[in-house]
Amino acid sequence: MENKSKACPEVPPTPGNGSVPLSTLRAGERGVVAGMQGGRGLLGRMTSLGFTPGAEVTVVQNYGRGPLIARVRDARIALGRGEAGKIYVHRGSQ
Amino acid sequence: MSTRHAIAVEQTSVTELDGAEKRVLVALAGQPNVGKSTVFNLLTGLNQHVGNWPGKTVERKEGAFTHDGATYRLVDLPGTYSLTANSAEEVIAREFIIREKPDVVVAMVDAAILERSLYLVAELLPLGAPVIVGLNMMDVAEQEGFRIEPEVLEAALGAKVVPMVASKNIGVRELVAAIGEVARGDYEYAPKLPEIRADHREVLARIEKLIAGCVPEPYPQDWVALKLLEGDRKVTEMMQECLPEERWQDVHDVLRAHDDALVAVASGRYGWIGRMIRAAVTRPKAGRIGLTERLDRWATHPLWGLGILAGILGLAFWLTYTIGAPLQDLLDVYVVGGLADLMGDLLASAPAWLQGLVVDGIIGGVGTVVTFLPILVIFFAVLGLLEDTGYMARAAYVMDGFMHLMGLHGKSFLPLFLGFGCNVPAVLGARVIESRRARLLTIFLAPLVPCVARMTVIAFLAPAFFGSAATLVSWGMTLLALVVLALSGVLINKTVFRGERAGFIMELPLYHLPNWRTIGLLVWQRSLAFVKKAGTLILVVSVVVWALSVLPGGEVETSFLAAVGRWLEPVGRLMGFDWRLMVSLLTSFIAKENSIATLGVLFGTGEEAGLAELLATTISVPTALAFLVVQMLFVPCVATVAVVKQETASWGWTFFNLAFLLVVSWAVGTGVYWLATFGGL
Repeated sequence: MENKSKACPEVPPTPGNGSVPLSTLRAGERGVVAGMQGGRGLLGRMTSLGFTPGAEVTVVQNYGRGPLIARVRDARIALGRGEAGKIYVHRGSQ
Repeated sequence: MSTRHAIAVEQTSVTELDGAEKRVLVALAGQPNVGKSTVFNLLTGLNQHVGNWPGKTVERKEGAFTHDGATYRLVDLPGTYSLTANSAEEVIAREFIIREKPDVVVAMVDAAILERSLYLVAELLPLGAPVIVGLNMMDVAEQEGFRIEPEVLEAALGAKVVPMVASKNIGVRELVAAIGEVARGDYEYAPKLPEIRADHREVLARIEKLIAGCVPEPYPQDWVALKLLEGDRKVTEMMQECLPEERWQDVHDVLRAHDDALVAVASGRYGWIGRMIRAAVTRPKAGRIGLTERLDRWATHPLWGLGILAGILGLAFWLTYTIGAPLQDLLDVYVVGGLADLMGDLLASAPAWLQGLVVDGIIGGVGTVVTFLPILVIFFAVLGLLEDTGYMARAAYVMDGFMHLMGLHGKSFLPLFLGFGCNVPAVLGARVIESRRARLLTIFLAPLVPCVARMTVIAFLAPAFFGSAATLVSWGMTLLALVVLALSGVLINKTVFRGERAGFIMELPLYHLPNWRTIGLLVWQRSLAFVKKAGTLILVVSVVVWALSVLPGGEVETSFLAAVGRWLEPVGRLMGFDWRLMVSLLTSFIAKENSIATLGVLFGTGEEAGLAELLATTISVPTALAFLVVQMLFVPCVATVAVVKQETASWGWTFFNLAFLLVVSWAVGTGVYWLATFGGL
């Protein structure tokens, strides 16, 4: 999964700041969005569906492969594994 | 004459000023799945018109209602999550509000997902038109444990808030009263507008200063500045054209230095939403496990989910064949047969050509349309039901992995599934896919989904040829078409598009009980559209085919049609097709079900039962199998081709699609013919 998009992530997703891709969270685990990657189109859809830095996310379903389901701002959002890998979160709730 | 006319017009406009006959323009906005269409149907009833937005392939619904002596024109805007130009829907919604300046914008929001659904309201308010918030699904929010105080929310927003349960017709009267109040200017509308996140306020001010005085009417200047910062494609293009070269360069430099501003703008909106709802909403203490979560443990499970989906698809087929097929027979015997007998008696003394035209040509065509309806109605109803209950999104979710194999994502499943009803909505349904690439591939593959019309042909021919094995053959044909579809997807994806697949991100709405009114209206509108558009075409073709088959000499064997069929016969010989089968395929291009009508005319039977027996005795088993295969994979009907051209906006792509299907159907058909021949069938 190479990232061809030009837009910068809100917070550089370096391992140093402790954020991990949303796709690594197991079902039932919570996190707080640290930043997102992607082109304008994908970022636009992520934000309008509720993902912005600071938003609390709960992973509802994640079987380790294929798409997953996350709960953000009371809505259930299905994401492809690749898309979920572009959302970086800090583990645990605020 | 013209003077009198002018006076009359002026009189009307005077009355309009009086307000007695004024038509108030109301726009209905909202994110998908907030019950927008339920509200639209409740307000307008059958008094609505369904069409397309000009130059777009997005459905446009408009209706009217009266209240307190005033007439209201209600326009249903496309359901969108935001108003940034990511797809045609968002552009349509915002252009309508900016250009048509509706007197009132009703923004439907979902009370159970209040925070997220107010995002669109945050985008609507800066456009200037007065907004009323329809706070729908209050019952669901209560079930989920939310306590919402609408008055507090109204005070915070500075805009009218109407609590509603549209599915139970609660709050609709209050909404109408609120629309009247706001339209008359009796409500003190003073909305608090969202602001960009603090760290980007200075940049926004700088851009607004740079574009000041250069923003074309009727776009609000501050809105344009904000959309520039968000990197909105359309607004960026517009301003690049409007600004002087150097000024644009300055704007461009500022934007480049802040290309992360999109997230700051969105964060600002959610910050504003947080302030609006803080006092008005009490959240449930612990996350409870609702019905949706419990159902989704099964419906979205990688294994059980697929099983459930297969079960639902099976049920749809079962319904079609156990309810639809007998209904078709009844209609065929009593309505079509009765009509043919009646006209036969009436025209007993008329010339033979007129009898032929009416009984064989016209009634034959009408019969095809009429008998096609039961199956279409069942499919539209099943689709409407799946969509309305919220299951459709789960189908997309569980199919994501499989669609991935074809370089598509789960969202393509929905339009392709629509293809089982008819390829035309499948092609049109591909509009839900954002990436042009994935959309093109979905459109390309849609004609390979066995549509009702093709299945009708198979369902008619298979029993004639294969007796008790007909069901098996029908399923086999469906499976074959889907395998060819999957392989074609892989092939095209590997050769034509050698790229990444589009992003998959979508909402899984809460499950809810179906609204029969909404589904009923949907079935009615789609069926009506079919009768109007496709029906006319089928009728015309029936008459033309009949005419071609009797002209010039009155005999089928010496007709124009036979000449074309004979000329093409060498190609068909590969599979044992004679000219009549070739002619039948030719007419299927106009509409699939015409194949049978054509065979009926060419074999001179007219009665369908007689035709089946005759076909079984004249055609060999390998040829019959090959004919069914070609029917399944052949070039789609002309209506599908027309929408493929419309959606891809490219004749080159359309012809490539047709050529591909032609080659594939002939290759697979020939393969099956030779396999069956050597297999000793």
